[in-house]
Amino acid sequence: MKINLLALTSILGMAGAIAGAITTQKLRKWLSSLFGIATCVSGLVAAIEVLHSNHPMIFQSNKILVLSGYSLQLDRFGALFVASGAVVGIASMIFRLGYSGHGLASRTASFVLPLFVMTLLLVPAATNVTTFLFLWEIMAIASLLLVLVDHRKRPEVSNAGQWYGVMTHLGAASILIGFVLLAIYAKSQSFASMEATAHHLPSWVRTSSFFLLLIGFGSKAGLVPLHVWLPKAHPEAPGPVSALMSAAMVNLGLYGVVRVGLGILGGGPTWWWLTVMALGALSAMFGSLHSATSTDLKRLLAYSTTDNIGLMFLGVGAAGLFQSTGHQSLALIALVAALLHMAFHALFKGSLFLSASSLQQATGSRDLDSLGGLLSKMPVTGTIFLIGSLSIAALPPLCGFVSEWLLLQSMLHGLPSSNPSLAIAMPVGVGVLALTGGLTALTFVKAVGIGILGQARSKPANDAHEVRPTMWVGAGLLSAMCFLFGVAPFLVIPSVINSSKELIGTNVANPLVGGWQVGLLGNQGAIEPGLLAFLIVVFVAIIGGLRKLIQAPSVRRAEAWGCGRETQTSRMEYTATSFGEPVVRVFEDVLSPSHNLDASQLSESRYYVEAAHFHTSLDDAFERRLYRQAAAGLRWWGSNARRLPNGSIHRYLMFGMVALVVVLVALG
Amino acid sequence: MHWTLLSRLSISTLQIVGIAVGSPLLLGLMRKIRCRIEGRVGPPIAQPLIEIRKLAKRERIRPEYSSWIFTVAPIVLVATTLILVAITPIFSTGSSWSADLFAVVFLLLIGSVSVALSALDTGTAFGGMGASRAMTVGALAEPALLVALLALSVPAGSSNITTILVRSLYNPEWLVTPERLLALAAFLIVIVAESGRLPVDNPTTHLELTMIHEAMILEYSGIDLALVKLGESMRLVFMLALFGNLFIPWGIATRPGPIYLVIGMLSTAAKVVGLGTLIATVEVGMAKLRLFRVPELMAGAFVLSVLAVVSSLVVR
Repeated sequence: MKINLLALTSILGMAGAIAGAITTQKLRKWLSSLFGIATCVSGLVAAIEVLHSNHPMIFQSNKILVLSGYSLQLDRFGALFVASGAVVGIASMIFRLGYSGHGLASRTASFVLPLFVMTLLLVPAATNVTTFLFLWEIMAIASLLLVLVDHRKRPEVSNAGQWYGVMTHLGAASILIGFVLLAIYAKSQSFASMEATAHHLPSWVRTSSFFLLLIGFGSKAGLVPLHVWLPKAHPEAPGPVSALMSAAMVNLGLYGVVRVGLGILGGGPTWWWLTVMALGALSAMFGSLHSATSTDLKRLLAYSTTDNIGLMFLGVGAAGLFQSTGHQSLALIALVAALLHMAFHALFKGSLFLSASSLQQATGSRDLDSLGGLLSKMPVTGTIFLIGSLSIAALPPLCGFVSEWLLLQSMLHGLPSSNPSLAIAMPVGVGVLALTGGLTALTFVKAVGIGILGQARSKPANDAHEVRPTMWVGAGLLSAMCFLFGVAPFLVIPSVINSSKELIGTNVANPLVGGWQVGLLGNQGAIEPGLLAFLIVVFVAIIGGLRKLIQAPSVRRAEAWGCGRETQTSRMEYTATSFGEPVVRVFEDVLSPSHNLDASQLSESRYYVEAAHFHTSLDDAFERRLYRQAAAGLRWWGSNARRLPNGSIHRYLMFGMVALVVVLVALG
Repeated sequence: MHWTLLSRLSISTLQIVGIAVGSPLLLGLMRKIRCRIEGRVGPPIAQPLIEIRKLAKRERIRPEYSSWIFTVAPIVLVATTLILVAITPIFSTGSSWSADLFAVVFLLLIGSVSVALSALDTGTAFGGMGASRAMTVGALAEPALLVALLALSVPAGSSNITTILVRSLYNPEWLVTPERLLALAAFLIVIVAESGRLPVDNPTTHLELTMIHEAMILEYSGIDLALVKLGESMRLVFMLALFGNLFIPWGIATRPGPIYLVIGMLSTAAKVVGLGTLIATVEVGMAKLRLFRVPELMAGAFVLSVLAVVSSLVVR
């Protein structure tokens, strides 16, 4: 008998949750992690099977959601998201075996973690609205609980949890309304029948449901201006959870937008996609600017997630734009580039979050200015962090290079068409891509240079030791894949093309060359990352050998030049704040930093300063100008509305009467 | 008419040797020109080569807290530059191993990132300051650079350097279109910024408040310093050669044969020397910009390159 892998994934996830809930403290960490790994393996096998065949995998049961049926159908588009989520899941669960965060060992966390992993894998397979929202909400609540596990120790955690809880539920409400709107017209809640009727819908229904769903999914993806929860919640979550959230959960926001926009609605007018591109560009720029100026390592990584999600939406927007102007093969390239970036981002962001958590566990801090000197003390974790950073900075021969290059190509080839909206969108898109690329390089030079190079900046960093092998095995798995897929992208690109064709059209000719090269057919530009990797190894070996030949490899270690000072201390090193300072100055209008200088003078003379405190902070401009204002407005509204119910029974009767009349008029 | 593997390999080798020897000489020439205009005699043209030979014999010292990054960075810088020289068409299109304009940018970035990381690895304030400034200037130069390269790729419909060169040789009317001139102007500004020349950075200064690049390599000594200096000069010459070939493609060998190759070598050398002379002459009359005026220069270059793309669509 052949086992249905989707059913197996669901069962394994639930079994893991139960095992985590009922066993002893020592056992539950192992059992829930191992069940989590098993869930991911089963999901990964399912996804690979689907990606290599033409048939979707189906599982249906009326026993769980009685009225609608628990209905899963994994097609090739969803399978890509399942595969990338499963890889991150396996790595995070291995990492968790060694992770000694106190909160994550609790009963609640062990119950919820396997469920979170399971829903991450099953959301892309849901095929009716109830199943989708059921899984989506379990995912949201599970991740919320996991963010909150350390709330007793740090007050910031509950604040982060509040932001996340509010944003995720507003998003879910928006998704619900959007789907209901479509379901009303389709007279069915299955995605397939929605897709069948989508072309006959009035345009206001199409537009409003698309934008409602864009808002809902955008808030999960961390698209600006709906990103404010992300740099709060992702850093506060315990290590493996932050990796799962930043590398896998945000992708499902992208999944939703693409599934609805290009799948269910089957594309839309140009201005939809220009909006998507604009939001993507805004997210990319805003995220990269904030990550360039952050000094908290995990906050930096969280903002960089917003940045990368922005790039993916830029690609998706370009794909929709090309499709709406009738350039099918260009749309395919853009979508392949966006999805490839999604898959690769999962790898490097997962490895970065996991290795950052290792650094945090070893030093007790995630402030860059109290790390430093860790590459020599934690060589394995340091190297994993370095590889992740170089991948995200798109340096060849690591995987980020391939996807960013392909994104650039899709925009280059979109230009010659005569459509004016393309002519403006594409160069702007390339400019955004380039600026964020440059800022990402700066950000990760800072993260590596301040975080793990140089002299240790604090005593805990000086005493740090390498973490347990399970932790670096988990993170190292992902960074090894960064290297593997960067050198040999042909291992994944065909699957990504298959998965994109599911939405763009199976009859669109494949415009990409195969083999070791990545590029477009017909001599339109190609790269050969494998050759580059080979050349880098050969040239580094030759020059290193020559250096050894010319000069004896003996190197004298001496103190660095300190302008004549006697000793060089870690206090004299450049800090993360000062590293990002030029960026803050250049983009002062966008970042609007606040400075505060308190100086107290000596009583004898005001020319002598007794003590001075300088404080500078960089709030999120959207949080301050949009959300705080909105919250203040809401509070004002609430306090005024409190005057209405004053205890008088006559007034309450009048309210009832007015409401009845309004309902009657509205229904009549 | 087809390139054999052997001829392609030998052209690549020739390019590597040519650039490795030629680039210190170009620096010497630029210094000489500058000195002559300022009324000084100046050091001999071969002075940078002599310095490199001298440095190769000096002791290597590395800062106390540095890790392996510090020792590997000079090698990575030189290696990636040599790879670029080997795979892009400089003397002849025969050396093109899927050379792509955008890939060139990312390969150059490896060198910049490794030098910046080595600077932070020293654990000194100078290193951090230089790295921070260099990465900021680099980040701001990136949009102008990539959009300029986009504008140069649009007419050929490809970002493959050989394709662009060959197609523009057959369509000389492309060469003087406004979009090309705008894009090349932006490209030249970026080259000046990326290679740390005036008005963005002063390569001869050691005044700590204004340094960018020199601050990063302050801790290097001996052969490591020689490698960094060689790598930086090769980067400049590589970018100038690429610029020269894109600006005036004539002369580059597009078919096998030693005569074509010699013509290609001579023409590339002439283009690079011409551009070097131009930069040296312009630099004499120029002061370094304040660091926070550099973004304006880069924004200007970005506007030029966006105009280039837009005009390429309007003109046709």
